[in-house]
Amino acid sequence: MEQITVALAGQPNVGKSSLINAISNAKLKVGNFSGVTVDKTEVVYKLCDEVKCTDYEVHIIDLPGAYSLTEYTIEEKVTKSFLLNEEYDIIVNVVDSTHFQRNLLLTTQLLELGKKVIVALNMNDEAQKEGIEIDEKQLSSILGVPCIKTSASTKEGISELKQAIVDVYNKPQTTSKVIYSDFIEEEIENISNFLQDRGYKSDIPYRHLAVKLLKEDKDTYLKLHDEPIWIELQDIIKDALHHIYIHTNSKNLEEIFTDERFAFAKGAKMEAMSLRSMRAKSVTQKIDNILIDKIWGIPIFLFFMWGLFQLTFELGSIPMDYIDAFFGWLGDSVKSILGEDTQLASLVADGMISGVGAVVMFLPNIVILFLGIALLETTGYMARVAFLLDGFFHKFGLHGKSFIPLVTGFGCSVPAYMAARTLKNPKDKLITLFIIGFMSCGARLPIYVLFAGAFFGQESAGNILFVIYISGALLGLLMAKILKTFVFKGEDEPFVMEMPKYRLPSAKLIWHTVYAQAKSYLNKAGTFILAASILIWFASNYPKVDAPQNLDANQVKLYELEHSYLGKIGHASEPFFEPLGMDWRMSVALETGLAAKEVVVSTLGVLYSLGDEVDEENSGLIAQIKANIPFASAIAFIVFVMIYLPCLAASMVFAKEAGGWKYLVYLFFMTTATAWILSFVAYNITKLITGV
Amino acid sequence: MKLDELNINDKAIIVDIDADKTLKDRLNSFGIVKNEELTLKSSSLAKQTIEIDIDGTLIALRASEAHKIEVKKI
Repeated sequence: MEQITVALAGQPNVGKSSLINAISNAKLKVGNFSGVTVDKTEVVYKLCDEVKCTDYEVHIIDLPGAYSLTEYTIEEKVTKSFLLNEEYDIIVNVVDSTHFQRNLLLTTQLLELGKKVIVALNMNDEAQKEGIEIDEKQLSSILGVPCIKTSASTKEGISELKQAIVDVYNKPQTTSKVIYSDFIEEEIENISNFLQDRGYKSDIPYRHLAVKLLKEDKDTYLKLHDEPIWIELQDIIKDALHHIYIHTNSKNLEEIFTDERFAFAKGAKMEAMSLRSMRAKSVTQKIDNILIDKIWGIPIFLFFMWGLFQLTFELGSIPMDYIDAFFGWLGDSVKSILGEDTQLASLVADGMISGVGAVVMFLPNIVILFLGIALLETTGYMARVAFLLDGFFHKFGLHGKSFIPLVTGFGCSVPAYMAARTLKNPKDKLITLFIIGFMSCGARLPIYVLFAGAFFGQESAGNILFVIYISGALLGLLMAKILKTFVFKGEDEPFVMEMPKYRLPSAKLIWHTVYAQAKSYLNKAGTFILAASILIWFASNYPKVDAPQNLDANQVKLYELEHSYLGKIGHASEPFFEPLGMDWRMSVALETGLAAKEVVVSTLGVLYSLGDEVDEENSGLIAQIKANIPFASAIAFIVFVMIYLPCLAASMVFAKEAGGWKYLVYLFFMTTATAWILSFVAYNITKLITGV
Repeated sequence: MKLDELNINDKAIIVDIDADKTLKDRLNSFGIVKNEELTLKSSSLAKQTIEIDIDGTLIALRASEAHKIEVKKI
């Protein structure tokens, strides 16, 4: 079996990941804005060439999107360094047919690398709709490489592309050519002829070698410098450059070649592309007229967010009751089978089932929230919001692009920290990283839903959720301003960003995104949360102590709980949480939340199902919480949860992305101090108002 | 005149880009090059950010970056 390594390169948001998914049935994350793929990913598929009956194993490397082979963004650095330094056989250049000329700029740069190239004219279905017709045969003869029309959504051209990969792999050398202005072509020919006359042995075609020499490519010079041929070659190059300088009236080679590339891209477009009809006012612009309106843009955005949180709560609460009831029934059944008072029954029912059930209960809410975020990511609205908010964000020392990781943070902090890589300026990036935690992640949602449901009633819970999320976000902005003013002073990154066309994401894409999130949530519930629940159950049941004789049954339970390991931990940290109105149970819940926010709810589930001192009719967790926690303490609890450190996994990623463990220590102190102070303030104000 | 001085739906041709190499490369790779034609499509409140259409691509720029681009209205 032969192995072919394919580097998939293209500008951002041209559908590279979608194309890979179509080729290999992989399920890479796809979005509609630049920077979804921040690292290279490798996908492997097997292919049998039926003509020659050779088996191939194709390794496709999905490179992050790069507008050009410069090093402006991290993505461009990753892509450039891979293309220049790594071993691979073929570059598949994915081109957005609807932005043909701009994409050809990168194609030109890729062709100049002297590697084997295939051009995939992607999104052909969209181009057709816009009346753009590309003559791929004509283009192929201009560029000298195979050009194939593809569409990831209709699967057009996918098998042709697969076949082309094999065909091109079996060719000895690249056939690519970029044609320059006549005066440069003359010099290229001179140098090539000389190399040919002298029979110089080269891995790449003479033409490419000549171009590299004219572009003063350092590595090429280093290599040729030690060859005997160099003495004569030197003079030829000197003359050639001199001629070029005279023609262009410039001595800046880089600029000369940039201009050449533009001219070539434009020429190729002129010859290969035709517009069937003048594009009428496109749908995108019609939508944009409303969505990025000067005055209405931001209110519309806020309305969408408000709607999302309303839906999250209202719609999510319908199946929630059933799930809660189901786990309650399951726990009772287990107890009746295993015997009411055995340790095993308690472990299974009070530990495992309550803990996992408390987390699974919130699956509907999570699914709706992720659905909303997926829509935001895939329709192209995300970039618009960055545009609307840049002015506002800039005042707080943030970049418009910070919006993207911040919104992702509403889903989960882990991808949000990674998404912050799209920020080029290290200071912008650090500020963004530091405040991502203020965007309440999906895992905190269960806590809010639980408390909002318990203390505010069904009607206003959706609004409360919205207020929680917005105030978290505003607090984040304020922290950004403080950080920018006192800690990360300095230059701002320019804001230049492409606004992708609006796309209606396919149901399949949305399904995959949401399904993957839901699955990972449930996986976590089944593994990590289950383990944590068992641990908490043990810590809350042992060591066994003998309660004093004069207590009734409930008091005995409470006494035992207070003297368990968990009770001891809770009591030890009580002085820290006491000014916030929290008892030891809430303290423990918050502490376990450092591992994962879902554990907070499961801890509460275990703790309050063991110490069941409420009447038997009202056994749901919401009712338990309501009966056991004073209103002001609940507010303080919510505020604390909003602000303090995200989970363990997110903390690890944070340290990695920020570039050091010391940043995690800063983050820990910053968030804990803020959480404590604001929680204290909230507790006392609420107490003052309600008098409870 | 400068790019940020255009009004909505004004068409213009880029005359010069007066930016450092990094920003210039960035603008270039988006297709913002000398002699290209563009249209101002939209701007946010107080013109903090503007949106231009260049060869069918919509690009958002901050006003301070747009100020570095010299254009001629057509």
